[in-house]
Amino acid sequence: MLSFLDFEKNIAELEGKLQELKHLSDIGDIKIADEVSRLQVQIERALKTTYGKLSAWQKVQVARHPERPHCVDFIDTLIEDFTPLSGDRTFSDDAAIVGGLGRFRGRSIVIIGQEKGHDTDTRVKHNFGMPRPEGYRKAIRLMKLADRFKLPVVTLVDTPGAYPGIGAEERGQAEAIARSIETCLSLSQPIVSVVIGEGGSGGAIALAAANNVMMMEHAVYSVISPEGCASILWRSAEHAEEAAEALKLTSQNLLKLGVINSIIPEPLGAAHRAPKEAINMVGNSISEALNELQAQDESVVKRLRRERFLTIGDDALTT
Amino acid sequence: MNWLKNYVRPKIRALVEKENIPDNLWKQCQSCEQMIFHRELEAAHNVCPHCNHHMRLAAKKRLETLFDHGVFETVQLAGLKGDPLKFRDKKRYTDRLKDSRNTTGEDDALIVAHGKMGGNAVIVAIMNFSFMGGSMGIALGKGLISAARLAVLKESPLIAITSSGGARMQEGILSLMQMPRSIIAVNEVKEAGLPYITVLTDPTTGGVSASFAMLGDIAIAEPGAVIGFAGARVIEETIRETLPEGFQRAEYLLEHGMIDRVVHRHELRDELIRINAILKNTNSAKIVPIASSNKSSKYINQEREAAE
Repeated sequence: MLSFLDFEKNIAELEGKLQELKHLSDIGDIKIADEVSRLQVQIERALKTTYGKLSAWQKVQVARHPERPHCVDFIDTLIEDFTPLSGDRTFSDDAAIVGGLGRFRGRSIVIIGQEKGHDTDTRVKHNFGMPRPEGYRKAIRLMKLADRFKLPVVTLVDTPGAYPGIGAEERGQAEAIARSIETCLSLSQPIVSVVIGEGGSGGAIALAAANNVMMMEHAVYSVISPEGCASILWRSAEHAEEAAEALKLTSQNLLKLGVINSIIPEPLGAAHRAPKEAINMVGNSISEALNELQAQDESVVKRLRRERFLTIGDDALTT
Repeated sequence: MNWLKNYVRPKIRALVEKENIPDNLWKQCQSCEQMIFHRELEAAHNVCPHCNHHMRLAAKKRLETLFDHGVFETVQLAGLKGDPLKFRDKKRYTDRLKDSRNTTGEDDALIVAHGKMGGNAVIVAIMNFSFMGGSMGIALGKGLISAARLAVLKESPLIAITSSGGARMQEGILSLMQMPRSIIAVNEVKEAGLPYITVLTDPTTGGVSASFAMLGDIAIAEPGAVIGFAGARVIEETIRETLPEGFQRAEYLLEHGMIDRVVHRHELRDELIRINAILKNTNSAKIVPIASSNKSSKYINQEREAAE
């Protein structure tokens, strides 16, 4: 049973009616099948209008939807021979970041991403997708491994942010994130990032200083969570909706700002309504991006990546 | 005898009327609570003479304490035109910028200066905490790139002196993009074989600590400076525990292996000169006195008496 968001009331009602009808057989002259298809058209129309004009705050809710496909779902669907790798070789393994070797549509790659978990047990195990320094240090290790074997890196970003805790601070959360960004920027092999859900601040950019950064249609990517921003600037988390709007955190905004390369469309009613389809659309986009990057001369991949970031936001400055 | 007139009124007057002494002659140390005469504090570069507590020091003042004879030149940096996100919370971003520009006289939160330190050319990129909390936006990121390129051009070390709450929220995702940009900048210096030294001052947190601030070849911090990724309040709210004594302070980071040295502000200049000389394998240049510390204590005492 799908969970509905608060702005999907009319869709939830229509879906409810549809479920009821599906259990009935024809009554006299009334053809249930006709009724069902009529309802389905209504639902489709409602989804189209609702999802065609989601507000920034609604996008945040969709990006955080519990049934939205997460990193492990993408790996399951897209990666063959997935071989997870663990640990930072210094302190421990952090399950908030998963990663490993695998084959993606015929080519060997290293894939890394934040995993939020899908039920209470897995959420706790993966720390709700909030990595600690050892998670980033594992990512660094895997990226360097990829570079040594000339493999491209694919990262899937989905995190509320890096974990704020005593141990995380003691073991150098800031340094780990900085080094992770530095490592992304130092690779001689292509790196492609997709924000698949929530791109939460430093915890997200740590894996997303890539040659090609894409966002799924209803993903969000921001310097701070709307709640965090509201509690600082409005002095109350209740203004999260306004903050979300002001932060310009939707994929459409980010494409306009030149921060991302492209938007990957989602199935009608967002990825959680048709996860397989959504994941394959992401797969197609990653494949295209890798083809393009791997066709480049190896010596320019790193320079192009740096230039990409060096020019972002430049038009907002006086010369 | 008028009881009211003679006794009550003067007291009321005393309450209402200001004393004829400017109230900023003395400053109380937040740490030991001793009163410090303002001239004395200034001469000590805002370090409490009683307990050595390091108070924040304005960027320009600090530059004077670091360069030979307090002489340096600042670099013209690209500024922000307009407001890329048209950001508005309770106040417009453009108004916040205007306020900060008026109060600080600076264009943004970074000053890039070049000059001699111990006779050798250095580039210093220093953040100004009084400009919107030293927050990092597009202009600041670009400023760091300029500083790095100048260092490479002049074959000089780059010294970054940080004090910042983190990324500038009002520039949204564009401020987050300054993390990779600033890292590219400092790596240009490193790849040119030049030293990149960081001096972390109070506070250095958020997106600034999680980018260029934590990547120094050598990381120095000022005593007592708060340095960390997440804010103490956020951590407390997340874990619902009180934080350990001295958490996220410079000494705590030193103990946990996150920085190389904690250096007293009065020794910072000598320290930087020595490190650069050793890294460059040159003989340590003569240490030239700095301009602003040559006020005699006699002068200070005279002023103190005058105030009393």
